[in-house]
Amino acid sequence: MIPLSWYLFFSAALFSIGLFGALSRRNAVAILLGIELMLNSVNVNLVAFWRYGDVSMMAGQVFAIIVFAVAAAEVSVGLALVISVYRRRNTVIAEDLDMLKW
Amino acid sequence: MTPEKIIFLIVAGATLASGLMVVTTRNLIHAALWLVATLFGVAAVFAILNAGFIAVVQIVVYVGAIAILFIFAVMLTRKDMRDSGPQHNKNWWAGALLAVMTFGGLVFLVQSWASLSKAAADIPSGFDAVSQLGNQLTSPNAYVLPFEVASVLLLAAMVGAVYVAFNRK
Repeated sequence: MIPLSWYLFFSAALFSIGLFGALSRRNAVAILLGIELMLNSVNVNLVAFWRYGDVSMMAGQVFAIIVFAVAAAEVSVGLALVISVYRRRNTVIAEDLDMLKW
Repeated sequence: MTPEKIIFLIVAGATLASGLMVVTTRNLIHAALWLVATLFGVAAVFAILNAGFIAVVQIVVYVGAIAILFIFAVMLTRKDMRDSGPQHNKNWWAGALLAVMTFGGLVFLVQSWASLSKAAADIPSGFDAVSQLGNQLTSPNAYVLPFEVASVLLLAAMVGAVYVAFNRK
């Protein structure tokens, strides 16, 4: 049987990879890709804790389903913003979008 | 080493390798395709955890919808796709440092926590996780309110995405 800590290490590694992508990429679409990796690693944790706890308590799976819904909402609005910005400013490089900076 | 552990290590290694490709590849279409590979790996981890329904939802929602949405977004913003400049900003080392520190801190926390090496209890025979999940998602005594809030959130996101991306000209 696989110990629970292996799943936690796996999801910590996936979260860190996603964090690096979200912090270091220049392209706004690539930043959203990193955020997707982070959301996925959270889901691994939730389902692993469901499996290693009381399996008749479905809270872990319910939370995973709700994280799916939140991720779908986040990515649809985020990509709509990216496309709208691209149409107006002709760039998706996050550093060039500094209209709010002074 | 049981076969289960070997399968988990192979799946986890492939998933983490494709996750690293997602954040380092220059070509964004390739990054989106590596994301598909990562999502399949995470679905395999869900299957190893006996959460078959979550694994199927992961493939349908993430690979079928979200990854395709990413590929469309990359193609619609194509001018910057093969941008000649660097793909990482000039503070990428700070991001890498922060990610490594986060990973180290999480590993330290998990290791300092006892009782993590215990094996999972066997799933009782006759236990149907999918029907249990469906009952709890629609039962007023359990999670019907978060479920409805999630559906309202999806509706709001759909209206918002159409409004934001709508071309007024």
